[in-house]
Amino acid sequence: MSTATQPHQATPSDETSVQRTRPKVSLKSTIVYALAALVTLLAWVLDTPADARTTFQFGSSGDLFRIPNVPVPALGFLVVLLVVMLAATAFSFWRYRERRPLPAWVHVVVGASFVLAFLTFVGAGRSTVIPMVSLLAGALALSVPLVFGAMSGVICERSGIINIAIEGQLLFGAFAGAVAASAAGSGYVGLIAAPIAGGLVGAGLAWFAVTFRVNQIIVGVVLNTLIIGLTGFLFSTVLSDNKALWNTRMPLPRIRIPLLADIPVIGPVLFNQTILVYLMYALVIGLQIMLFRSRWGLRTRAVGEHPKAADTVGIKVNVRRVWNTILGGAIAGLGGAFFTVGSGLAFGREMSAGQGYIALAAMILGKWNPWGAVMAALLFGFSKNLGNVLSTIGSGVPSELLLMLPYVITILAVAGFVGRVRPPAAEGVPYTKS
Amino acid sequence: MKLELQGITKVFGSLVANDHIDLVVEPGEIHALLGENGAGKSTLMNVLYGLYDPDDGQILLDGAPATFKGPGDAVAAGIGMVHQHFMLVPVFTVAESVALGYEPTGAAGVLKLDEARRRVTEISDRFGFHVDPDARIEDLPVGVQQRVEIIKALSRDAKVLILDEPTAVLTPQETDELIGIMRELKEAGTSIVFITHKLREVRAIADRITVIRRGKVVGEASPSSTETELASLMVGRSVSLTVDKTPAQPGEASFEVDGLSVIAANGTVLVDDISFDVRAGEILCVAGVQGNGQTELAEVILGIEEADAGSIRLGGEPILGKGVKERLRSGIGFVPEDRSTDGVVSSFSIAENLVLDLYDTAPFARGVSMSPATVAANAEQRTEEFDVRYTSVHDPISTLSGGNAQKVVLAREMSRPLRLLVASQPTRGLDVGSIEFVHKRVVEERDRGTPVIIVSTELDEVLGLADRIAVMYRGRIVGIVDAVDEHGTRVNRDVLGLMMAGVPLEDAQQQAAEHHSVLGAADLDGDGVPDHLQRPAGEPTGEHRHTSAPATTEEHP
Repeated sequence: MSTATQPHQATPSDETSVQRTRPKVSLKSTIVYALAALVTLLAWVLDTPADARTTFQFGSSGDLFRIPNVPVPALGFLVVLLVVMLAATAFSFWRYRERRPLPAWVHVVVGASFVLAFLTFVGAGRSTVIPMVSLLAGALALSVPLVFGAMSGVICERSGIINIAIEGQLLFGAFAGAVAASAAGSGYVGLIAAPIAGGLVGAGLAWFAVTFRVNQIIVGVVLNTLIIGLTGFLFSTVLSDNKALWNTRMPLPRIRIPLLADIPVIGPVLFNQTILVYLMYALVIGLQIMLFRSRWGLRTRAVGEHPKAADTVGIKVNVRRVWNTILGGAIAGLGGAFFTVGSGLAFGREMSAGQGYIALAAMILGKWNPWGAVMAALLFGFSKNLGNVLSTIGSGVPSELLLMLPYVITILAVAGFVGRVRPPAAEGVPYTKS
Repeated sequence: MKLELQGITKVFGSLVANDHIDLVVEPGEIHALLGENGAGKSTLMNVLYGLYDPDDGQILLDGAPATFKGPGDAVAAGIGMVHQHFMLVPVFTVAESVALGYEPTGAAGVLKLDEARRRVTEISDRFGFHVDPDARIEDLPVGVQQRVEIIKALSRDAKVLILDEPTAVLTPQETDELIGIMRELKEAGTSIVFITHKLREVRAIADRITVIRRGKVVGEASPSSTETELASLMVGRSVSLTVDKTPAQPGEASFEVDGLSVIAANGTVLVDDISFDVRAGEILCVAGVQGNGQTELAEVILGIEEADAGSIRLGGEPILGKGVKERLRSGIGFVPEDRSTDGVVSSFSIAENLVLDLYDTAPFARGVSMSPATVAANAEQRTEEFDVRYTSVHDPISTLSGGNAQKVVLAREMSRPLRLLVASQPTRGLDVGSIEFVHKRVVEERDRGTPVIIVSTELDEVLGLADRIAVMYRGRIVGIVDAVDEHGTRVNRDVLGLMMAGVPLEDAQQQAAEHHSVLGAADLDGDGVPDHLQRPAGEPTGEHRHTSAPATTEEHP
């Protein structure tokens, strides 16, 4: 994704190049970096006592090797991070002056420095440690439904259907997963029911969007509202009447993968999970390959980019769109199961809580690519978990503000990237012959 | 394969697009389907390709009736089609585009991209197409994209290849190469149906010509017919093929562009540091293949596209930074490239469309209210003046034909006192009668002393209208030439064609003197006056067979 840094500026009169480009540069990044540095300086560096220490915890109970906690001098570390941010600010300004684009890794460096600075400030002079492993593990957990939702979005939108109904698919999947698991007495049964429920919502979307050519965003929103109402009604009637039969917690067991789970820090985060999370890994890798390397992927992308071209080579555009929407719905439904059986919880009213929309934002931020969407989903999951962890530690920042964090990041991230992303060309446009 | 169409009829609502059309294409012949825009040529070919269901009539392949439920059936029967608007996914590679729909796959449906590449290279090498199977479609020039379309058809063993207006987007040199390819395909036994409205090309390449007018076959013609004969058959009356105009009487340079650049959001340089001026009372034509920055140039002048550098002055006064409304009211008339989306509001009435620019000023408005009576009266007057044919001025403009809708746009844009007229592709998709009318009006505006900029991709239009010609290539002006030089010699078609491919003026003149293109040779005096059929002997392209002007030519047997 990052453009390689070139040692010399390309000569503008390069006649052999296919298409001349002169990147549009802006001071946006420089200003954001400078603001980050300013906040670090004014709010944190000046407010941290010189002798305070912050302790980072990298170990977890099951580690093969015990990793000791790492105490760092808070002020010194903050100053180092501040210098990094200032350097990035200067670098981005220099790139702007040179009219060259900024490589993407600079954003990552500044973002990470800013978060670390915040954590250092919060932990300074306290007896509590900053738990890095649980910060990351929680981030992954919160990302799971987002990743499933975003993959659903990728499959639908790559074939030209806007799937706003991810929210409803997640919720219906969570509901069906909980009910089926509870009735059958096994979490695994929930994993079969959830995708069927999500697929049904997907089929509804496809039916209206393709057969009746209704505006896809409107159908999606209406379906979401319908599912909220339906599950809410069933929750307060059937599920409440016989809680033992229909809504008993039925958690999936954790499966620890030997050796891999023993890797320090990331081992317990990635490889001591339920089957649902392992399915997610397989889904992301499989989708990344299938979308760009298989017949299904080629046809799906053709249908989403230029449906008429697909039609002229005998591909049935609308059939492909319907099946992809149902498949996407099923995947989001499976992701919804994470709210209930995947987290060991009973079904609760509106428990998807807008995650479907965040998943859609992750897909856009990930530029309609599975990998990118996963990275974006992890970013949102991390920011949400950061809010949770900090309100537990007690940071002095009101917890309500911290809970806003993922949504603020969503808006900033999507707004910052808009204009540079290119959605599938025929997205949201119903296809009709002649 | 012999292809016969018998009594094909296709009706859209009240419009009979094809009215009992009969057509026979013999094996290995190049059969031209000649007709005006809107005559029903493309509809007929879409029926043949299975995209439309015919309401009546049948298709025979080697004498046996065939029905096509979709393009897949047509392709399986050996019919290939290169659409006017290419059916290529811009973000795909060449190999992916050719494979689409007929993918070679291994286990789990995973593509065998190597095999897809091999298919492309094989056909590309056989016909000397020079197409890189790994290039992305959107990075390729349109001429190469067209070859990808031909490769697509050939890779499915097409016996009949339909080319729908294949030269519309090509430079003259690319057209030459296409004609070479068509001849090679014919040698290899492929029949070709060549759909066009360009007389010059038909005469250069076709074995037989079928002329269609208003959905009916009106006759067959031989390629040795003169352009005038073909034109009158196509239009149904005798037409003048040249634009009537007197030499320009240019005044002061009243419109100046200096160092103008436009950069797209993704960093692509669309307009690259261009400078020119237009004098009062002259027509400057901006020539070039579609997509070389002309659209953006026109849009920057109006203000719907933003300039990244440079200045534009109208009558000495800078206009960049002013709003669109301000520019329109300072005397810029603008005829947009895409009439149906940018020129008119299709659900509005003819009368409303005629006051889109002045609806909020007297006499059409008083305070916050509009005066429908004045708007209607204005419409009656304008439509009369511009010869618009309609049922009622209160009908939506979408009920008008392309030619009449364009006249409405012209009527609106020319009803203000103009200090500059900018018209993008003013005759695209119009019938010959409307083209004549538009050209006449443009010349009249020039004679009134207005500087005029015409953006056109049609070389014939450029040669007919221009006093000066600026050729654009990849956002730059390759050169500006006078349409008629001081010795009274008209600019050479081939020179312009080469410049449209980015060759600088001097080099283009030298190359054109060494080698005449097929189409240039077919009209050596270059004045649009029909001459005898002239066809260069042997292979037309790639080789510098003709070393001196005029080219060695011989009568076709």
